[in-house]
Amino acid sequence: MRYREHMTTTYAVLSDGLEKRFGDVHALRGLDLAVAEGTVCGILGPNGAGKTTAVRVLTTLTTPDSGTATVAGHDVRDAPGAVRRAIGVTGQSASVDGELSGRENLRLFARLLRIRGAAGPTRADELLERFELTDAADRPARTYSGGMRRRLDLAASLLTRPEVLFLDEPTTGLDPHSRNQIWNAVRDLADRGTTVLLTTQYLEEADRLADDIVLIDQGRAAVTGTPAELKARIGSYAEVVVADGSAMLPAAAVLDQLTGAEPVLDHERRTVGAVAADPSLTLPRIVRELDAAGVPVVDASLRPPTLDEVFLRLTGRNTPEERAA
Amino acid sequence: MSTIVYDGTAMLGRHLQRVKHAPGVLILMQTMPVTMLLFFGYVFGSALAVPGQEYRAFLVPGLLAATAANGIMSGMFQAAQDSHRGVMDRFRTMPVSRAAVPLGQTAADLLITAAGMVPLALVGLAVGWRVEGGALAALGAFGLLVLFRFATAWVGCYLGLLIHNEEAAGQLGSATFILPLISSAYIPTDNLPGWLRTVAEWNPISAVATAVRGLCQNASPAADAAWPVAHPVAGTIAWSLVLLAVFVPLAVRKYANSGR
Repeated sequence: MRYREHMTTTYAVLSDGLEKRFGDVHALRGLDLAVAEGTVCGILGPNGAGKTTAVRVLTTLTTPDSGTATVAGHDVRDAPGAVRRAIGVTGQSASVDGELSGRENLRLFARLLRIRGAAGPTRADELLERFELTDAADRPARTYSGGMRRRLDLAASLLTRPEVLFLDEPTTGLDPHSRNQIWNAVRDLADRGTTVLLTTQYLEEADRLADDIVLIDQGRAAVTGTPAELKARIGSYAEVVVADGSAMLPAAAVLDQLTGAEPVLDHERRTVGAVAADPSLTLPRIVRELDAAGVPVVDASLRPPTLDEVFLRLTGRNTPEERAA
Repeated sequence: MSTIVYDGTAMLGRHLQRVKHAPGVLILMQTMPVTMLLFFGYVFGSALAVPGQEYRAFLVPGLLAATAANGIMSGMFQAAQDSHRGVMDRFRTMPVSRAAVPLGQTAADLLITAAGMVPLALVGLAVGWRVEGGALAALGAFGLLVLFRFATAWVGCYLGLLIHNEEAAGQLGSATFILPLISSAYIPTDNLPGWLRTVAEWNPISAVATAVRGLCQNASPAADAAWPVAHPVAGTIAWSLVLLAVFVPLAVRKYANSGR
C-alpha cells in the first residue's frame, strides 16, 4: 500500500492537527493521521497517550477542540450522521447491553441498522455461530466472560460491512483463544477491503495485524512506519545474566562492541542489556564473544523489545506507567 | 420523524426485554402503591377525616396521582444507570435518532405504569373507592394519569442524565416521595396555613389528584383554590404539556451531547 502512487491513494481516515482537552488533561495535541483505504492501521501507545480520545473523536463521540478529521470522506464535525453510517466501533468506547442476551443485542442493533425482515435475525444467528456464542446466545450478556463479551462486541460491529472499522484495544486482557478469534476476524475483514483502525498496547498485535503503525505519545503521532521499518529502527534487545558482579563491566564492554548501543547495567539482578539494531546479530555470536572474553554467562537472551523499550528508544522517554513507578 | 418512531420503537423493545430478564423491579413497582394504599388507608385513615367522604375513597385518586408523579424517580434512576452503560456509546456511533434512546425509555415506562395502575385501582375498588362518573370519565382520568406520567418520566430522564451517577440518582429519587406529601394527594389542602396551601395547590400532583376525584367521584375543588386545582383537567393537561415542552428537548440534547 505504501508504494502506491500518491495520486491514487484515497484515505479512509484523515486527521489534521486534532486537539482535545478535558480540563487539565491535554489528551490530543495536534494529532495527524492518514490511513489509506483498505489498510489496517495500528495505533500503538501506552495508557494515557491519547489512543481512546483519538478513536472517540473519529467515531463522532467527542468533538475536537480544534483540527479537522474526515472518515470515509465525511467530516466528523459537519457530517457526523454520514460518518456513523460508514463505521463500526468496538472496544473500550462502544459495548453491548449487559441486561440483554447476546441474540437480543444483535437483533436490536440489526433493527437500528435497518436490516429489514428476517435478514436481521438470520445475520445475528450467523454471527453468533461464527464467534462461538450460539450456546450462550440467550443468556444476558453480563454473564459472559470477558472474551465472550468482546467477541459479541465485534459481532455487533459486523452486522453490516462497515467501510471503516474502529477497534479500541480489542484484545486487552483477553485469553489467547478469544484473541486469536478476533485477530482472524480482523484479518478476514481487511482482506475483503474494510479499512481497520485499531489501537493497542501490544507491539505483537500491531505487528501481526497492521500494515502501518503509528506510535502515539502525548497526543501526537511520534513515529509512523510499517512494522518492518519500526522493528529495523528499534532492533532487538540483548540481555545477559552474569555469575558475579565483577563480570558485569567486561560483559558491558562486549555488548557495547557488538551492538554499538550504550549497555544498561542492573546490579541487583546482575544483568547487562543493550538494544541490538543490527538484525544479523545472533544469540550464539553474543554468547561466543562473551565466552571468548572470559565472562561467566549464566543466561542470555535476544528478544523483541517490549512496548516500554520501543517507547524509550523512539521517543527518548519512559512510558507514563514507568515514570509513575 | 418516521426515523424517531422506528428507532424509538426498537429502543422501547430493548427496555421491555430488560424487564423480561429482571421482573423483580416491575413487581416491586406495582406492589408499592397497593401497600401504601392499605397502610395509609387503614393506619392513618382511622385518624383522618375528610369532609363528605370516606378517607380511602379520597386516598385512591391521590395515590394514582402520586404513582404518576413517580416517573421522576424511576426515570432518573434508569437514565443515570443507562448513562454508564457502554452500549450508550455504541448507540451514539450508530445512525440512530438522538431522541430514540430517551423516547424508548419513557415510552416503556408509560406502558409499564399504565399496566401498573390497574392493580392499584382494583384494590382501591375493593376497599371502598367508587367510580361514579361513568366509563368515559374514568377513561379520561386514566388518560390524564398516563399523560402526566409521561411528562414526569421525561423530567426524570433529564435529571438522571444530568446527575450521571446511579447512586446519587437513587438517593435523590427516594427524596421525591416528599412531593406528593405537599399536595392534595393524601390530605385535603383547604385547611393548610395560607402559604403552604398555595405551595400545595401549585404542586402539579394536586391538579392531577383533583382531576381524578372530579372525573371519578364528581368531587369538586374548593371555590377559592389556585387555578390548576380549580380547573383540574385543564390544569393537569397544562402542567404536563409545560413539563414536556421543557424537558423533552433538554433530555434529548443532554443525551446527544454526553461525553463530548
